[in-house]
Amino acid sequence: MRLIEHLPVLVVVLPLLAAPLCVLIGRQALAWPIGLVTAVASAGAAAQLLWQVSHRGTLSYALGGWAPPWGIEYRIDLLGGYVLLLVTVIAALVLSFARRSVEREVPAARRVNFYAALLLVQAGLTGIVVTGDAFNLFVFLEVASLASYALVSMGSDRRALSAAFNYLVMGTIGATFILIGIGFLYMMTGTLNMQDLAARLPGVSDSRTLRAGFAFISVGVGLKLALFPLHFWLPNAYTYAPSVVSALLAATATKVALYIMLRLIFGVFGLTFAFQQLPMGSLLIVLGVVGVLSGSLVALFQDNVKRLLAYSSIAQVGYMALAMGLGSATGVSAALLHLFNHALMKGALFLALGAVTYRLGATGLKDLAGLSRQMPWTCAALVIAGLSLIGVPASAGFISKWYLVLATLEQGLWPLAVVVLVGSLLALVYVWRIVESVYFSPWDNSRTAVQEAPLSMLLPIWLLVAANIYFGVYTDLSVGIALQATAVLLGGTP
Amino acid sequence: MTAALLLQWVLPLPLLGTLAMLLCHRHPNWREAVTLMTSVLLFLLLVWLSVELSWEQPPTLVLAEPLPGLALALSPEPLGMLFALLASFLWPVTSIYAIGYMRSHGETHQTRFYVAFGVSIAATLGVALAANMFSLFLFYELLTLATYPLVTHSGTAEAKRAGRLYLGLLMGTSIGFMLLAMVWTWQLTGTLDFTRGGIFPAQTDNWVLGTLLLLFVFGSGKAALMPFHRWLPAAMVAPTPVSALLHAVAVVKAGVFTVLKLVVYLFGLERISTLAAADWLAYLAAFTIISASWVALTQDNLKARLAYSTISQLGYIVLGAMLGVAAGVTGGSLHIVMHAFAKITLFFCAGAILVVTHKTRVSQLNGLGRQMPLTMLAFAIGALSIIGLPPMGGSWSKWLLMQATLDSGMWLLTLVLLASSLLNIAYLLVIPVRGFFGRAEELAHAEVGVNIQGLDQTLDQTRTREAPRACLLAIGITAAACMLLFFQTDAILGLIEGLLQ
Repeated sequence: MRLIEHLPVLVVVLPLLAAPLCVLIGRQALAWPIGLVTAVASAGAAAQLLWQVSHRGTLSYALGGWAPPWGIEYRIDLLGGYVLLLVTVIAALVLSFARRSVEREVPAARRVNFYAALLLVQAGLTGIVVTGDAFNLFVFLEVASLASYALVSMGSDRRALSAAFNYLVMGTIGATFILIGIGFLYMMTGTLNMQDLAARLPGVSDSRTLRAGFAFISVGVGLKLALFPLHFWLPNAYTYAPSVVSALLAATATKVALYIMLRLIFGVFGLTFAFQQLPMGSLLIVLGVVGVLSGSLVALFQDNVKRLLAYSSIAQVGYMALAMGLGSATGVSAALLHLFNHALMKGALFLALGAVTYRLGATGLKDLAGLSRQMPWTCAALVIAGLSLIGVPASAGFISKWYLVLATLEQGLWPLAVVVLVGSLLALVYVWRIVESVYFSPWDNSRTAVQEAPLSMLLPIWLLVAANIYFGVYTDLSVGIALQATAVLLGGTP
Repeated sequence: MTAALLLQWVLPLPLLGTLAMLLCHRHPNWREAVTLMTSVLLFLLLVWLSVELSWEQPPTLVLAEPLPGLALALSPEPLGMLFALLASFLWPVTSIYAIGYMRSHGETHQTRFYVAFGVSIAATLGVALAANMFSLFLFYELLTLATYPLVTHSGTAEAKRAGRLYLGLLMGTSIGFMLLAMVWTWQLTGTLDFTRGGIFPAQTDNWVLGTLLLLFVFGSGKAALMPFHRWLPAAMVAPTPVSALLHAVAVVKAGVFTVLKLVVYLFGLERISTLAAADWLAYLAAFTIISASWVALTQDNLKARLAYSTISQLGYIVLGAMLGVAAGVTGGSLHIVMHAFAKITLFFCAGAILVVTHKTRVSQLNGLGRQMPLTMLAFAIGALSIIGLPPMGGSWSKWLLMQATLDSGMWLLTLVLLASSLLNIAYLLVIPVRGFFGRAEELAHAEVGVNIQGLDQTLDQTRTREAPRACLLAIGITAAACMLLFFQTDAILGLIEGLLQ
């Protein structure tokens, strides 16, 4: 019973402690099991937490027994629980996939640190989701970001270093902006507790400081989210990072950045301030539209599949921004839903590419030519997850697209609906480039034949693929919680 | 109760069948036996279902509810049942044909072929029996995806290009138009259930309805209405059984079936007759009919000619649906059946000619009637049915459609139908005429290597060289059906007229 009460903090502390443990033990052979056990335990804890939240309402946990707003409050509502479950489950799947992939892509000397950094990323991301304190949020953001810079730099390609450096510079600017913004908020209100902030901000909403703070935070989070035009760090970081890292970052890091945006804009600043006093809504819609179209168009011309998917991610972030910018309940739930579904698609796709890298050592479209004979299961996974990305019915992506289109039509903004659908069609084209390469191009016989990926890799890939189909047909969890979480978020009392 | 139980098995049966085919992929004979058994069982199941069914209270099978209020559900109604029966009757026939064809032609990847075929049939039945537009859309997209590996079966560069066009046009229209129209409809009415008389409230603006109709009809890219018709000729790179069952029956009919279904059950006939957009679409369909016939005239490749003929014939059904009169829908529905039998016969014949003589061009067919008399005779029967001459089934549907154009007062369309029939004669009947009366080029076929695998070793090698027996059997069944349907239209008409009451 005592343990369950402490779950909100355990879910963060567990990976946070496991990371140094890996380093202290310092044994390669032990690092992976420690990581996996931690991730699975966290996922279990997250599931338990979400169950509690959806049955008993928002959980509040006073860290160290200091009552909020003086102490740091961990606060899990439906939105938090939803994202928390997503992050921890994806992390667990990625870790279960990781062992063989890391053996292949990361030099032995760095593997212990690699797993430690992976756990730190998880700790940071879960921390962001559970905390109810703005400064604490920044701290966890930095924990996650610093660890992910390190992870990206461990890619086997030497360009990973410059990609990581770019990511570091941009990410640090983003984090600094967020910090400045939070500082401004503190200046105006004297509090850092987000609920407290939400209560006090309307009183000072007509001040330049607050508007500046809002701007700093929006730009900072936009950088982390890779919202067009703040996305330049993303393609290289995803392309050159080790496969496991690309999968983890694509499926969780940008999702958590979106969570921050939702939390701060809707939960802290409030709809009135952000959308009526300031033109955040139109800004998000415009950037979202440009992001969808430009990201998808650039993806069409990529020759490296990882980079192609990275640009597709920018487009997908565009969808979420667009939906969020509508400011309606349907719009926000569409954004949340796409957050969830996109994590499933991109998780599956990047893990499948990880399996390809494991066998082939490369992910160029040319390298994949004719791969379907050699790695049928991996290629089938690529196709199914790709169909979900397009938004074919009976896949998770379709449910996202449905709500996105519905949200735009609800407000009579049919040109936006057209943008969403055009984005889908562009996705069809870039996904089909992969399909044609894999299934139609002949296998170059001068290359050594490769085998199907090992079961330990196929299993997590196919779990995610199955999730893509499952959540396209049975949506009680994804849609149900997204709708409720939106209600809580827009209801003003997180 | 029985009907509900039977309905549960309609989709699992073909899917289980394909699973069994996958399991026997090392034993072609077993695999083909499974195909035949599954297809026959499926047809019997659907016949039984239609007997047990009461139209007043059709059973509904809810598979899942992906979105609140939007179920993935099956519920048979007369039009859908007709389509389902049609597709499931022609599946075993095509399977018989395919066995002869695929073996004689030495095709590779036959297991993949039969499996994709089975999934396509399951998707077609899903389209036919869908209880709402949402379920229909799901199966519609599944059908596109399941037929893609069939279109690109040969894996050549040409097949890849055709596959792009196929997928691009079909998914482009369905995602770009139909999905938009569906969400819009859902947003306006809060339902997508197929309801007699339509679902739109009376105060819905006619402009909105017209736009929706355009989106829906263009969204049904499988109906091959111009300008979204190019995928159909492209899809002819597929093996002939695919062209026969899927691109003359299942896929294209799924398109026009969708159009009919949304006219009757989403918009309602009365609303359609008030929409200007429906008139535009009717004229566009008329344009499609004439121009596709015209293009068919110029095609020397036999399968391409048949493909353009299909585009033209699909135009009839869209035209019938857009007239907003009962006779139009009845004629359109009847034409789905009549054209299916006639066109599948023609494709079977084209495939048989290809297998036996390796000839693909109309200009090469002179004198072929002496070599393959039965095939050519069947071709003539199919052609007559498409032209709409008695005693072939096709005459009834054309008659009804003609009547519908007069009912709606659009006499220009009546002329179009007449002119099209003349064009049909010009591009279809010319083939058996050449076959029987044309002067043969040299009959240098003795050295043509055909692997008939013991199916018809006893045939006279010098004079008549007919198609493999399995193919001939299938051709015989469909050609006979073309004639039988002339005398047996009452049952079908009774079924369709029930839904318009």
